[in-house]
Amino acid sequence: MSLATTQSVAEIKARNKQLIDEVLKVYPEKTAKRRAKHLNVHEAGKSDCGVKSNLKSIPGVMTIRGCAYAGSKGVVWGPIKDMIHISHGPVGCGQYSWAARRNYYIGTTGIDTFVTMQFTSDFQEKDIVFGGDKKLAKIIDEIQELFPLNHGITIQSECPIGLIGDDIEAVSKVKSKEYDGKTIVPVRCEGFRGVSQSLGHHIANDAVRDWIFDKISPEAKPAFESTPYDVAIIGDYNIGGDAWSSRILLEEMGLRVIAQWSGDGSLAELEATPKAKLNVLHCYRSMNYISRHMEEKFGIPWCEYNFFGPSKIAESLRKIASFFDDKIKEGAERVIAKYQPLMDAVIAKYRPRLEGKTVMLFVGGLRPRHVIGAYEDLGMEVVGTGYEFGHNDDYQRTAQHYVKDGTLIYDDVTGYEFERFVEKIQPDLVGSGIKEKYVFQKMGVPFRQMHSWDYSGPYHGYDGFAIFARDMDMAINSPIWKKTRAPWKDAPRPSLMAAE
Amino acid sequence: MTQNAEHVLDHFELFRGPEYQQMLANKKALFENPQDPAEVERIREWAKTPEYREKNFAREALTVNPAKACQPLGAVFVAVGFEGTLPFVHGSQGCVAYYRSHLSRHFKEPSSCVSSSMTEDAAVFGGLNNMIDGLANTYNMYKPKMIAVSTTCMAEVIGDDLNAFIKTAKEKGSVPNEYDVPFAHTPAFVGSHVTGYDNALKGILEHFWDGKAGTAPKLARKENGKVNFIGGFDGYTVGNIREIKRIFELMGIEYTILADNSDVFDTPTDGEFRMYDGGTTLEDAANAIHAKATISMQQYCTEKTLPFIEGHGHEVAAFNHPVGVSATDDFLMTLSRITGKPIAKALEQERGRLVDAMADSSAHIHGKKFAIYGDPDLCYGLAAFLLELGAEPTHVLSTNGSKAWAEKMEALFASSPFGKNCHAYPGKDLWHMRSLLFTEPVDFLIGNTYGKYLERDTGTPLIRIGFPVFDRHHHHRYPVWGYQGGMNVLVKILDKIFDEIDKNTNVPAKTDYSFDIIR
Repeated sequence: MSLATTQSVAEIKARNKQLIDEVLKVYPEKTAKRRAKHLNVHEAGKSDCGVKSNLKSIPGVMTIRGCAYAGSKGVVWGPIKDMIHISHGPVGCGQYSWAARRNYYIGTTGIDTFVTMQFTSDFQEKDIVFGGDKKLAKIIDEIQELFPLNHGITIQSECPIGLIGDDIEAVSKVKSKEYDGKTIVPVRCEGFRGVSQSLGHHIANDAVRDWIFDKISPEAKPAFESTPYDVAIIGDYNIGGDAWSSRILLEEMGLRVIAQWSGDGSLAELEATPKAKLNVLHCYRSMNYISRHMEEKFGIPWCEYNFFGPSKIAESLRKIASFFDDKIKEGAERVIAKYQPLMDAVIAKYRPRLEGKTVMLFVGGLRPRHVIGAYEDLGMEVVGTGYEFGHNDDYQRTAQHYVKDGTLIYDDVTGYEFERFVEKIQPDLVGSGIKEKYVFQKMGVPFRQMHSWDYSGPYHGYDGFAIFARDMDMAINSPIWKKTRAPWKDAPRPSLMAAE
Repeated sequence: MTQNAEHVLDHFELFRGPEYQQMLANKKALFENPQDPAEVERIREWAKTPEYREKNFAREALTVNPAKACQPLGAVFVAVGFEGTLPFVHGSQGCVAYYRSHLSRHFKEPSSCVSSSMTEDAAVFGGLNNMIDGLANTYNMYKPKMIAVSTTCMAEVIGDDLNAFIKTAKEKGSVPNEYDVPFAHTPAFVGSHVTGYDNALKGILEHFWDGKAGTAPKLARKENGKVNFIGGFDGYTVGNIREIKRIFELMGIEYTILADNSDVFDTPTDGEFRMYDGGTTLEDAANAIHAKATISMQQYCTEKTLPFIEGHGHEVAAFNHPVGVSATDDFLMTLSRITGKPIAKALEQERGRLVDAMADSSAHIHGKKFAIYGDPDLCYGLAAFLLELGAEPTHVLSTNGSKAWAEKMEALFASSPFGKNCHAYPGKDLWHMRSLLFTEPVDFLIGNTYGKYLERDTGTPLIRIGFPVFDRHHHHRYPVWGYQGGMNVLVKILDKIFDEIDKNTNVPAKTDYSFDIIR
C-alpha cells in the first residue's frame, strides 16, 4: 500500500516538499508564511529538523495543542497519588481531564489516594466578581475534614485565577501554617499562559522546586538509608503501567528506584529525590527543568533514556549502567540477556507481519522520536513525525538520533495539514491522539492512539514491547480495513467498458 | 518472567504477576510513606457512616466528582448540528482540545472545532486580533458554510464583545460581509453544558430570525404549519433524533430538527473523512421561524431558547427527556394536538409492545430501588419511567439541577405511590451520592461512566445511561425516546438485573440451586 517504500529518497524529498507547498496554498498569506516555518523535509546530517517550534498556535487553524493547565494538572501533578489536586476555577477543565490520562496507581481511591477523582472549586459568577480566595481557603478546610489521609494539596489554576487577581500563594501559606506545615502547592498554570502544555510542565516543575524542595527541612531525618544505587525515574507517567514495566528492569539490574515522577508517585517520593545518585529521565520535555535544577542544586547527574523497543532499551540500560560500578554494568547485561528470548519471540512473531510498513506520528513530549526505534525493531519505517509542543532541543534530538533522511516534519500540525499529508503519503499506520483517531480511521487508515496507548499498554520496557508489537499488528492487519469500500463500488471498470 | 509472546498479557493481567506484586509492595513500604493500613481501613469505614454523610452534605465550597461540564461543550454540540458548520470557540485553545476529546471519547467519532488560541497578550489587550485572524483562517481552510462562535471563560472574564469583534472582523475582510457567523456568550462559570446548549441555539436562531446582528432585515413570520424539534444536549442524539424523524414521518408531520447532529456524530467508515455531515440546513434554520410550533425534548436545555421562540409567535411545548409509556404518550398527544394529525397506528402498536414487555418483566423490577444521576431532564425522564415500572427512584441527583427542578421532581414523586420515599438532590455531586448509597443503599445505580467508581466503592450495580459513556461502546446509536427507545431502556435495566441475579447464584453446591435457566 505504501508509496514510500517504492520511491528513492530523492523522490520522497521532492514529493514531501511539494506536499508542503500544496498545503500552504490553503492559508491566507500571513498564515502561510507563519506555517511554512513549521513544516520541513529532514535533511540527513543537519543538527535539527529545520522547523520553528514552541511558538504561538495560529487562531482558527485547529491546532491539536492543549494548555498550561493540561501540562500541570493533566501531566505533571495529577498522577501524584496521595495529594489532592484542586482544579481551581470553573468546572470544565477538571471534568474533561478527569481520569482521562490512565496514570495507573495503587491505592484506596478517595481514602489515601485521589488520582481518579475530580476536585474543583466549580467557580460561579460571584467567585469571578468577588474573587475566589475565601472559597479556596474553605475548600482546603473541607478537604482536611473529609479526606484526612491526604498528604498534601495542590491548587491547579484555571484561566480566571490569574485574570481576577486572586492570591492563591497567600492562601496556601496561611493554610499550610494552620495545618502544621502541610504541603500546599499553588500552581500558576492558567490555560492562557504560554503557547501549549509545555509551559504548564515548566511551571509545575518550578512549583515542585519552590514549594516542596525548598521547604524540606535540612534536619528532617531520612525516611530510608541511602545506597550507592539509588535512582529516580523522572518523566514517566505510568500510562497503562509504563513506569512499572520500566522500574522492574532498573531493579533487576541492581539499582534501587527511590522515586517515580510522577506516575504512581507520592509526595514522599518527590521529597526523597534529592537523595538519588542519578536521575533517569524519560520524558525530557516535561521534566528536564527539575532534572537540571537537581543537578545544579544537589549535584545529581541525569541521563535521558528510551525504553521503547529492545534496541533502545538495551542501549539505555547500558547508558544508565555506565554511571555505576561493574556490578550494575553486569546487571544490565544480565537483564538484556534475560529478556532476549522474549524479544526474539516477539519479533519472530510480529516482524513478518509488519516488515516495510510505514508510520506517521504526531504526539507530545518524547514520543515523536522515542517510539521510532520500537517501530524499526519491527521492521517498520517512520516517514513523518512532529511534536505537539516540542522545543528546538526536541527537534535536535530527533534529527541527531532518530529520523531518516527525507522524513516529513510538521510542528504543531493543523488538522488540515495532517489530513492532507496522510491522504497523500498513505502510511500504513498513523499514531496520534483521540482527536485524530477517528478522522484517519474514517479515511480507512489504521490508527493507534499514542498518548493513551489506545487504552492498552504498558509500552515501556521489555514487557511493554510485546504489547506494543501486538497492538501495532492488530491495528494494521485488522481485516476491517479491507472492507471500507463497498464491493459494488469496487466493481472492476473493464467489465463495464466491455458492456458498452 | 510474566510476559510472553505467544499469549501477550495486557495490563490487567501483567501486573498481577508475582514479580510485579513484590516490586509494588516494596515500593510502597520503603518509599511512599504509606498510611497505616489500619488507619486507611478505619477512614474507609468512617466514610460510609451517617456521621460522614452529614459532614459531606455540609460542604459549602468544595465540589468532588461533579456530574456536569461547562457551557462551551454544549455550544459546540449545538453548532455541529447545523449543515457545514464549524464551531469556533473564542478564548484559550486548551478548552477546545478538551471539548473535542470529550465528545470523541463518547461518540467514538471525530469532533471538529477550532479555537482563537488566545494567550497572555490577548489577556491584556483583548482577543480582537485572534478573532480577525481566526475567522479568516477557519473560513479559508475548512470552507464551512457557517462559523458558530462561543466563548471560553477566559474571553468572558476579560469581557470580549463578540458582536463587535465579529463585525470588525468582517470589516477587515476575514469573511464576507453576508457570511453567517452567529455567536453566543457561554461563560463556564454560569450554569453547565446544558446552559451552553441553550445559549448557542438561541444565538443561532436569533441570528437567522432577527436580522443577523443588524446586517439584514428581521424575518417576518408566515406560519407554515410545520413543527420544529429541539433535542437538547443528549448523549443518545444519534439514535434519538433518527427515532424522532421516524415518528414524525409515521405521523405525516412536516418538521424541522434544529441542531440535528445525528449524522455528524455517526459518519460511515468508507475511506472518506467527513468534517461535516447532515445537519439542519441554514435555510431550514431561517425558515424555522415560520413553523406553527416548537417542541423541546429537554426543558432545562431550552430555558431561554423556548421563550425566545414563543416570543416569535410559536406554540411551544417542553418535555423532560421523555422515557417510557406515559411520557411518550404525552409527547405524541401533544404532537397530534398541535398538528391535527392522528397518532399513527404503527406507533399505537409499538406502545402496546412496550406495555407488553413491561408487563412480562415487571416482576423483576417492581419494588426495586434505584439511584439516578445526570442532567436534570434525563433524571426526570428516567425517574418517571421507573415509577411506571413500579420501581422506586430513591435518590435522584443532578449537579446541574436547580431548586425548581428539585420541586418538579418532588411533585413527580408525590404523584405515585412508588415515589413515597424518593428524594431529589439538586446541585450535589457524586461524592454526595456516595454517602447516599452507603447510608441508604439501593439496588441499582443509573448514571454515566463515572458511576463505575460508585459501583466499585459501594457495590451498587451500575446501569450506564447518561453522558458521557466512555467505557462502553455504541450505546449512543440506540434511542431512548419513543416507545422503541423505552424498550431499549427497559432491556438495559433488565439485563443488569438478571446479570446480578446470576452473579449472586453461581457458586456450585452453595447458591446455584437458584442459578435458573428460565427467568
